[in-house]
Amino acid sequence: MSHAFSGRPLEQVTVAAAVAGELGADDVRIHADTLRHQADVAASAEDPRLAANLRRAAELTALADEDLLRIYAALRPGRATEAELTEIRDELRGRGAIECAALVEEAIGAYRRRGLTR
Amino acid sequence: MGTERSQGHASGRFAALDAAAVNQDGFLHEEHEAGLVTISSPADPEPSLRIEDGAVVELDGRPAADFDVIDEFVARHGIDLAAAAEAMALEPLQIARMMVDINVPREELVRIGRGLTPAALARVVALLRPAEMVLALTKMRARRTPSNQAHVTNRQDDPLLIAADAATAVAFGFRELETTVPVLGDAPCNALAMLIGSQAAAAGALTQCSIEESQELLLGLRGLTTYAETVSLYGTEQVFADGDDTPFSKAFLASAYASRGLKLRVTSGAGAEVLMGAAEGCSMLYLEARCVKLAWAIGAQGVQNGAIEGINIAGSLPLGMAEAVAENLMVMMCGLESCSGNDTLMSQSDIRRTAHIMPIFLAGSDFLFSGFGSVTAYDNMFGPSNFNGDDLDDYLVLQRDWGVDGGLRTVEEEEELIAVRRRAATAVRDVLHHLGLASYDDARIEQVVLAHGSKDVEALDPQIVVGAAAGIVERPVTVVEVVAALAETGHELEAERVMAMVHQRLRGDYLQTAAVLDEEMNVLSARTDPNDYRGPGTGYSLSGRRRAEIDGIRQARTRADLLGEFGRPLDGVALRELGEAEPSSEPREVAVGVSPTFGAEINWTLSGLSVWEALRQVLAGIEEEECLGRLLKVRHTIDVGMIGLTAARLSGSGIGVGLQAKGTALIHRRDLPPLANLELLSVAPLITAEMYRTVGQNAARHVKGVPLKPLRNPYTEETIGARYHAATVGLVAIERAACLPGAPPVDLEVVR
Repeated sequence: MSHAFSGRPLEQVTVAAAVAGELGADDVRIHADTLRHQADVAASAEDPRLAANLRRAAELTALADEDLLRIYAALRPGRATEAELTEIRDELRGRGAIECAALVEEAIGAYRRRGLTR
Repeated sequence: MGTERSQGHASGRFAALDAAAVNQDGFLHEEHEAGLVTISSPADPEPSLRIEDGAVVELDGRPAADFDVIDEFVARHGIDLAAAAEAMALEPLQIARMMVDINVPREELVRIGRGLTPAALARVVALLRPAEMVLALTKMRARRTPSNQAHVTNRQDDPLLIAADAATAVAFGFRELETTVPVLGDAPCNALAMLIGSQAAAAGALTQCSIEESQELLLGLRGLTTYAETVSLYGTEQVFADGDDTPFSKAFLASAYASRGLKLRVTSGAGAEVLMGAAEGCSMLYLEARCVKLAWAIGAQGVQNGAIEGINIAGSLPLGMAEAVAENLMVMMCGLESCSGNDTLMSQSDIRRTAHIMPIFLAGSDFLFSGFGSVTAYDNMFGPSNFNGDDLDDYLVLQRDWGVDGGLRTVEEEEELIAVRRRAATAVRDVLHHLGLASYDDARIEQVVLAHGSKDVEALDPQIVVGAAAGIVERPVTVVEVVAALAETGHELEAERVMAMVHQRLRGDYLQTAAVLDEEMNVLSARTDPNDYRGPGTGYSLSGRRRAEIDGIRQARTRADLLGEFGRPLDGVALRELGEAEPSSEPREVAVGVSPTFGAEINWTLSGLSVWEALRQVLAGIEEEECLGRLLKVRHTIDVGMIGLTAARLSGSGIGVGLQAKGTALIHRRDLPPLANLELLSVAPLITAEMYRTVGQNAARHVKGVPLKPLRNPYTEETIGARYHAATVGLVAIERAACLPGAPPVDLEVVR
């Protein structure tokens, strides 16, 4: 809530810090705790789906940008084999991204039934 | 010269109708087999829901084994099972009635909406008539305060013009800005220019760059955009796959954006499926219902729909406009933010494209337009929007006409707009130079600042922008470098504001449903600013300040303004009062009576002639016909008939002319009733010098008893009332104030 992904407190994410070259990519992106807090806010406002999205988002903070792009690409129709998608599912589980892994698990079953794998 | 006849039309009336703008639009009869049907089709499934062991085993007539990928995702995540049994047991008509019942809270409708299947949701909204939809929209939107989104693009992808136009859009009140590019490679440069330019006029506007999904994500990851919208959903599996995605890939994408703190909404809208020939015979509304349920299932906070690009196909069919609004309603029924379409020019007819927006305009929405073309139409790289930059004053007047918050405000002074455009363009120019990406000189800035559109700006080598964009991608340039560059080039305010946007992405408050930032950086969302409409006297209402902003369009004038304009002094001519006017016995005399403020407070008529010129012509006309003109001021009345009659009664011939300062003129005779006359020119703005001359001539001819010269108000299609009534009322008030009841008329002398 009060710090970036890097752990840097928000009050230290400043123009001066940018000018001094102190800010890296992880200083300007959101922390998983913040996303989980926002998920709780959504849940208490009776929006379980938005809450689930934000919890998946919290998990995905652990992934690098390239990983996000790679996994998104693999989930597009006809891109990945079932085996490749299974690997991705396991990769996500291994990174603690349990709800994201569950999403991929569902996709595997749906794509198999509907012929959407490569 | 009559109406031009088009080929094959004997009837001039038919030929004229054929030439009407609306007849350039395309119209089709319904053919539901081809999906050319808006609200309901025989192929739409009957609503149904069967749940076993906490899982959906049948959805809208389809068993689980036959679910396509959309059914499966909706079955798993898009039905609130806690509410489903109750919701599906209600008759659609019951739910429709609840939607227009001011005593049923929004939250209750959302709970039910989330428990409905797609077919059930479509059935419910299809039962509402347009006026009922307006009431339902008023209650059902998520955020109480309405807002608006703008397109900001140009044909050259010129970054300085992007920045200037982004600043302009924010100056007019837009809170979300969307750009796109005719040349894909230019996108990072547009995004950067928008990010900076959007912060020049005020703080807090959100910016997006609408391009291919993974490239757009990359821009977001780098912090060069602050929200994404064109994450598209489709209503059939075939079209989804043609769009190179599945519900699962889109769900992952949505979470990916959120993992970098970026606000996101998805996009759907009728017509995509039929345009791609894969509507499966279903109605547009039903297919859109699938998209809306999917949006909620994915966990998106909002949806851009209202036909969007499909508005032209919906608009070609019966109930097309109703269907678009019904789409927005379905989104609201699921508790999601609505970015409500109106972003594609759906008609050549100004009447029709305005009618399209009126229901949602009157009701309000989270975003009334998902792309008001804030730039001029030819620069809109999405294609012209339903309203474009040159329509802004119309829109501001519509807000004022109805007392409705359409999200926008007047930019009072031209200098103000120029200054903010210059700030924005200069900041972008300096940053691009500082980062070694591109160089533009001061002359270019001035061209951009004063431009109406990109045609007013010299076309440079396209490689300049391509190169700058490539540099942004390769280095990479992220929001951190942008902030530093702004500070280092002396644009501290923009640096602080861009950093403030970074903070929003770190805090995540604006990820909640229907979030927008006001200019003080407060997050207004369904959580912090919920729509609590429950009938008259409740819900959103204009604050005093906002009311004044809406009412205070720059064209409105006070009576003092009018006095200044119509009271501008006449050089070299004055009217001096002599003594009280007495009846005369000179048989060739025509008395010309003028109104109380004639040549005093008011020196100019509505036609643009000076009062002296009008008078001079009348007197010259009298003299040409060998009669004697006599001038007097009538002080006790402002009515032109009474003025003329008063003059006629004092006139030796019994013929008088009445002349008001605003220009209305008539010829009277002493024995006629006050409201009668011999001749009347009532449309003051259209009276010419020649016509005043003829008034004088005809007055004299009445004295002599000889035939008159012809005198008629000319043909006009001008809206005389709309144009002049405001000024007329003002001038009449000034006359009334100068009127002295009971004061006798006085003779006047012209002094030069």
